[in-house]
Amino acid sequence: MRNAAKKIYLALIFLFLYAPIAALIVLSFNNSKTRAKWGGFTLKWYQELFKNESIMQALWNTLAIAIISATAATVIGTIASISIQSMKKRTRAIVMGITNIPMLNAEIVTGISLMLLFISLKMRFGFTTILLSHITFNIPYVILNVMPRMRQLNPSIYESALDLGASPLQAFFKVTFPDLLPGILSGFLMAFTMSLDDFIITHFTKGAGIHTLSTKIYTEVRKGIKPEMYSLSTMIFVAVIFLLILVNYTPRDKKDMHKS
Amino acid sequence: MNKKLLSVPYLFWSALFIIIPLCMVFYYGLTDKNGAFTLSNIAAIATPEHSKALWSAIRLSLISTVICLLLAYPLAMILNGMKTGHDSLTVLIFILPMWMNFLLRTMAWQTLLEKTGVINGILSFFHLQNLSIINTPNAVILGMVYNFLPFMVLPIYNVLTKIDQSVINAARDLGANEVQTFLKVILPLSIPGMVSGITMVFVPALTTFVISNILGGGKILLIGNVIEQEFTQTNNWNLGSGLSIVLMLFIIFNMVISAVTDKEGEVNVL
Amino acid sequence: MKKLFVMLTCVLLAGSVLTGCGGDSSVGENGEVFVYNWGEYIDEETIEMFEKETGIDVIYDEYETNEIMYPRVAAGASTYDVICPSDYMIQKMIDNDLLQELNFDHMPNALANIGSQYYEQARGFDPENRYCVPYCWGTVGILYNTSMVDEPVTSWSILWDEKYDDNILMQDSVRDAFMVALKLNGYSMNTLDRDELETAKNSLIEQAPLVQALVIDQVRDKMIGGEAALGVIYSGEAIYTQRENPNLEYVIPEEGTNVWIDGWVIPKNAANVENAEKFIDFMCRGDIALMNFEYITYSTPNVAAQALIEDEDIRNSEIAFPDLSQYQNLETFIYLGEDGDALYNQLWKEVKSAYE
Repeated sequence: MRNAAKKIYLALIFLFLYAPIAALIVLSFNNSKTRAKWGGFTLKWYQELFKNESIMQALWNTLAIAIISATAATVIGTIASISIQSMKKRTRAIVMGITNIPMLNAEIVTGISLMLLFISLKMRFGFTTILLSHITFNIPYVILNVMPRMRQLNPSIYESALDLGASPLQAFFKVTFPDLLPGILSGFLMAFTMSLDDFIITHFTKGAGIHTLSTKIYTEVRKGIKPEMYSLSTMIFVAVIFLLILVNYTPRDKKDMHKS
Repeated sequence: MNKKLLSVPYLFWSALFIIIPLCMVFYYGLTDKNGAFTLSNIAAIATPEHSKALWSAIRLSLISTVICLLLAYPLAMILNGMKTGHDSLTVLIFILPMWMNFLLRTMAWQTLLEKTGVINGILSFFHLQNLSIINTPNAVILGMVYNFLPFMVLPIYNVLTKIDQSVINAARDLGANEVQTFLKVILPLSIPGMVSGITMVFVPALTTFVISNILGGGKILLIGNVIEQEFTQTNNWNLGSGLSIVLMLFIIFNMVISAVTDKEGEVNVL
Repeated sequence: MKKLFVMLTCVLLAGSVLTGCGGDSSVGENGEVFVYNWGEYIDEETIEMFEKETGIDVIYDEYETNEIMYPRVAAGASTYDVICPSDYMIQKMIDNDLLQELNFDHMPNALANIGSQYYEQARGFDPENRYCVPYCWGTVGILYNTSMVDEPVTSWSILWDEKYDDNILMQDSVRDAFMVALKLNGYSMNTLDRDELETAKNSLIEQAPLVQALVIDQVRDKMIGGEAALGVIYSGEAIYTQRENPNLEYVIPEEGTNVWIDGWVIPKNAANVENAEKFIDFMCRGDIALMNFEYITYSTPNVAAQALIEDEDIRNSEIAFPDLSQYQNLETFIYLGEDGDALYNQLWKEVKSAYE
């Protein structure tokens, strides 16, 4: 009885979360240009998608910005974590406070503030400004994933590596880095996801003729979304589900068990 | 080693892209079009239109935060109780929607909720009363809950998984019934997760302009919409910045709360 | 987490394969041209044809309203070479020294193919026809669904009829919304008179509870889908929506309305003026203008294109090419100055705050 109630509850939430996605998937097969009419089943939007240069370009921009910004944020954030850990308590608190700002502040304020900065620097709005903004809001996610790992590190291992004749760089990459790796990876992943899904900050820092999927969709929301967009998101969604199932049904590695 | 030097790139970065931009918001917010000092952009929050927009935003975001909490807590409990071999899969199923662009998902709600939309189609088929919440504040609340629910579920779930089973067993052994165990042990221990979830839902809900635009039919003016319009349409950056400063007061309040409860400095997003 | 990471990498790889060579953003052999136009306001095939014929790469961007376009251009954060604003916005840009004079010698099609009456009309905001080449024109009216409205629609006042509660779509843009209310009250839509504006504002506030949604381009989808009975719409959209839903009718209300022109202009800070001229001239070619007309269904001022229209119903359509002489109180928006803008914006904010 109780189990049944739990299952029903889960099912209802599941329905709530997936109903709009189901709607999008159905729309991707709709043989009518407007959302308002069902014009029969078609696969043509999947063909049109690959011919639609502007959507493809937006997809490419989105991926490029997400990969580059997550990578840059991971490098900067990891180095920062190492140095923050060695700071005095007081300084560390201040630096961590600043680090938290882009995460806790409203995205609209972050977006506006960066826009004002770029305008005063007379920068041309485009790929670079979006990228700089994304790196900025991605760094905190990396730091906040790496810092807890940093705290668990035993500094004497690093020191003994130095004593045994390793250079600081060698000691870092052979000793410290492997221990930090899980934190770095999850930081990267989180940064990547945030960058991928960001709309508001991109909205304020984008310039002429450049779109990410989010800003492209936002302009299309007003005049009616192109059905190709539905087919693209359906494909991404199916790909993610497919990989999820694939990954989950392969033998689990033990290291992952106690974590996550 | 020269660990101090290592901090230079990051400190430089955060000064240039976090501190200076915020200073610019304050500069614009505290000056008029000619660059003279003024408080009028901040005082503008008191005009009926602006205070109404702020009040609507606070009201809608509080309601959605409470709904998120009420929906998420049982959900996190159930997920936590389902420690099967594939528990991460179960959790991922609830994160998966986030991989589809949030604008598209919000847009899809329009298709579902419209007068001639899918839900009303189904209701009419069964001769039931039609639903008319599209373009009302209720639709905006629905959109907020829908978009931010995962941000509430995950921190609570993370905290619950970390509660030591032996603590619960001890309470049981000492004669506490299930309700007592929940109220006296589980609930207090999960407060950090709840607080973290609340801040992560409240701020984006308070400041959104996208959800109100798409699901509110352009009729619902939240403080986020006002600020966005000042920057992108009416071109009054001073006023927009002034209102942003007011908005930030609420966020600082939020930051303080989260700083007090979240001493670990860990954020549980994924 | 590690697994997720592997998964993600796979998605990325899949993504890069999908996009193929989508990443090359190399400049065309003859340079590039940055075009900033209304959403859904061109047949994209014409852009491809232009690129193929001239070897100029077109970087194309879109906006929803004049008000959204203006700050972007004025801030200089983005430099465009060709923009397509409406009448009053062109005047505002001229006043603020944002536009450069056009060299019509480089644009023979613009001189030969655009009807002289449209240049004449454009003098209202561009007195010597030095800055703009008309691209589209039309009226604003009421689109209604005959299956939901059985009375004849003749006046803006039907948008205030309580019978149509929650069935009315208004435009979400300050000048268009005030135009309706000012015309309803018999005033000029370019008024700066405080009392008249106050009356118009109160009319809009009175109407607020009846309005289903404030829309821009969504009016199209909503009217086609039968979401609403009445909507304020641009004449160009009327032809498209009628094709998709034959129950829809378009009228120009008797109190008069806005006759608008959108035109190509070249901003002062344009980096590729020569290419911009080539682009505008190309868009003025009869066959190209025809393609655009058939795709976006907004009336074209291009007489060469008008002559090429094969479908007689369209060529003689009252919606596409109305005989303006039979309507009264037609006006074109003019720029009201910075203070005028500020006043309208303030009143509009008060109206918007009344909706919920």
